[in-house]
Amino acid sequence: MLKDITLGQFFPGNSLLHRADPRMKIILSFMYIVFVFMANSTVSYVLTAVFTVFLVIISTIKPIIVLKALKPVVFIMLFTAFFNVFWTKGDAAPLVDVSFLGLNIRVYSEGIWFALKMVVRLVCILTGSCVLLTYTTSPISLTDGLERLLAPLKVIKLPVHEFSMMITIALRFIPTLIEETDKIMNAQKARGADFSSGGLVKRAKALLPVLIPLFASSFRRAGELATAMECRCYRGDNGRTRMTKLKYTGVDAVLLLIMAAFGAGVILSNIYLKSVLAI
Amino acid sequence: MDFQSSTVRVPNIQQASVLHKNNIRCRAFFARQMSAKRKAKKLEENKIPFIKMENVSYSYGGEDEGEPLTPVLKNIDLEIEKGSFVAVLGHNGSGKSTLAKLINLILTPTEGKLFIDGKEISENDMTEDELYEIRRRVGMVFQNPDNQLVATVVEEDVAFGPENLGVEPSEIRRRVDEALETVGMSEYKKHSPHQLSGGQKQRIAIAGIIAMLPECIVFDESTAMLDPGGRKEVMATVEKLNREKGITILYITHNMDEAVRADRVVVINDGRICLDGTPTKVFSEVEQLRLVGLDVPQVTELMYDLENAGVSVDHKELDERKCAEAILRLYKSRRS
Repeated sequence: MLKDITLGQFFPGNSLLHRADPRMKIILSFMYIVFVFMANSTVSYVLTAVFTVFLVIISTIKPIIVLKALKPVVFIMLFTAFFNVFWTKGDAAPLVDVSFLGLNIRVYSEGIWFALKMVVRLVCILTGSCVLLTYTTSPISLTDGLERLLAPLKVIKLPVHEFSMMITIALRFIPTLIEETDKIMNAQKARGADFSSGGLVKRAKALLPVLIPLFASSFRRAGELATAMECRCYRGDNGRTRMTKLKYTGVDAVLLLIMAAFGAGVILSNIYLKSVLAI
Repeated sequence: MDFQSSTVRVPNIQQASVLHKNNIRCRAFFARQMSAKRKAKKLEENKIPFIKMENVSYSYGGEDEGEPLTPVLKNIDLEIEKGSFVAVLGHNGSGKSTLAKLINLILTPTEGKLFIDGKEISENDMTEDELYEIRRRVGMVFQNPDNQLVATVVEEDVAFGPENLGVEPSEIRRRVDEALETVGMSEYKKHSPHQLSGGQKQRIAIAGIIAMLPECIVFDESTAMLDPGGRKEVMATVEKLNREKGITILYITHNMDEAVRADRVVVINDGRICLDGTPTKVFSEVEQLRLVGLDVPQVTELMYDLENAGVSVDHKELDERKCAEAILRLYKSRRS
C-alpha cells in the first residue's frame, strides 16, 4: 500500500536538463525565480510563460506530469485570484458593479489582469523549478550539488557536509521505513487495530500504536548505522574524498546562456516594451 | 683460428648440454628447496597471530554509568592467525558480539591486553589516525544488512569506506569495481539498496568493507537475518575471500552448519572460551555443546545418536555425503 508512494518525483531521462550539473541547476533555478519575480510588463509575462513551456519541452517530461504537480496548488491559486479580482480597485469604471445581499461587488479590469498575472507567476515558478530541479535531478545528486555549492560556507563553520549527510541518510532510509510502517500496520491490524474508520481524530489516534514502534526501531537503526559508519572509518568531512567529481560541461554553459538570455529579455521588455499591451 | 677452435669444441657441445641439463636440474632442485624453505618461513610468519587477546575482560556499566558492573567477557585468551577462518560460536548473550566489537575498537577492554598484528592496542596512547587505520585493517559486517548501508546507490555505498579514508577518486573507482566484482554484484551497481534481497544487501555491505582493503573481516552474525538462499550467497562469498584473498575471517554465528566450514571453531559460553579446535574436534564434544545450550551439526548429532544406540560408525567427517557413504558401507558390511 505505502510502497506506491513515489519519492523525490525524479523522472530519469537523458535530456539537456538531465545531463546538466546539479550545481548549475540549483543556480539556474535561483536565477529563474528571480527573473520571474522581476517581470512586470505584459510582454515580460508572456515571455516568462513561453520560456517555461520551453523548459518543459527541453526536459522531455510529459506535460501531463507537470500539470499533475500543479493540482495540489490549484485551490491556493484560485483563492488568491478570487481575492485579487474582487479586492483590487482600479481607476476606470468597474466592469461589474452589482449589489448583492447588501454587498457592493465591483470588479475592475485591473483586478482581473492582476489575478491573471499572479496565476501565471505561480504556475511558472512551480513548473519551472520542478522541471529544472526535482523532475530532472535525482535526490542524491541534488544533495551532492547542494553540498558542493555550499562548501565555501564551511569557512564560517556551517555544517554543510553534516547537513547533506543527514539528507542522504534520510533519503536512503525512507523506503526502508515505509516498508517497516507497512509491516507494523499489518501486525497491528492482525491484533484488531482499525485504521480506516472513524473521523480524523480517531484515525490520528489509531496511528499512535504504529508510530511508537516505528520510532523505537528508528532509534535502534540509527544506533546500529552509527556503529557501522564508524567501522567504515567515517569521521565527518575530515580528509574525505569523493569517488565522483562534479564537472561543469558544455551543457551547463548552454543552459546558463539560455537563462541569461531569458533574464535579459525580461529586463528589456520591462523597460522598453512596458507600454505595449499595457493595461 | 676461430674456425679451428669452434671445431675443437664440437664434441664438447653434447657434454655441455648434459652439464647444462644437470645445471638446470640442480637449480630446479635448489629452487624447490628454497621455495619449500620460503613456504616454511611464510608459515612461520603466519604463525604470528593477527589478533591476540591476553586475559581480556569486558564489563558493561560501571561507576561512571551509574549501573552495576555486568561482566560480559571474562579472562579471554585468544590468538587468531593470519589467513585463518575462525568461527566463534555461542548462544545469545554469551558475549560473542562484544568480542567482535573489541577487535574493531568500538569497545575497549576493561582489563587485559589486545594485540593486533603484534602491536598492543590501547586507546589512550593512540592517535585518531592509528585508530582508523586499525578499523580499516579489521573490517566488520553486522547482522542487519539494512542498517549498514549508507548511500542510496549501491556503488556510492561501496565507495563510502575508501572515501572516508581519503583515497584518490580514480583509485576509489577501481576499488569499487573490483569489490563489486568479488562479491558478484557488478550488474547491480546502479541499483538502490532497497531493491535488493537480504543476501544481496549483505554482499554489498561486504563489498563496502573489502573496498577498504582490510586484512581481517569480522562477521557478526551476518547471516542471522537472511533466508537460506541469502545465507548460502554470503557464506560462499566469505569462503572466497578467505581462500582467494587470504583475508583472515572471524565468523561469529550460532548456526552450526556454517561453523563447520571454518578451519577452527571457538565456543564461547558465559563470557569464557569453553571449546577451541578444529570443527571435527569441537563438534565431537556433543555433550558439552549441549550443556552450553548449543546444537550440534546434524551429521554429528546422527553419529552421536547411533553411537549411543550401539552402532559405531567409523567416521569423523562433518561432510554429509561422506557420512552417508560411511553409513552405507557399515550397513553393507553388516548384511554380508
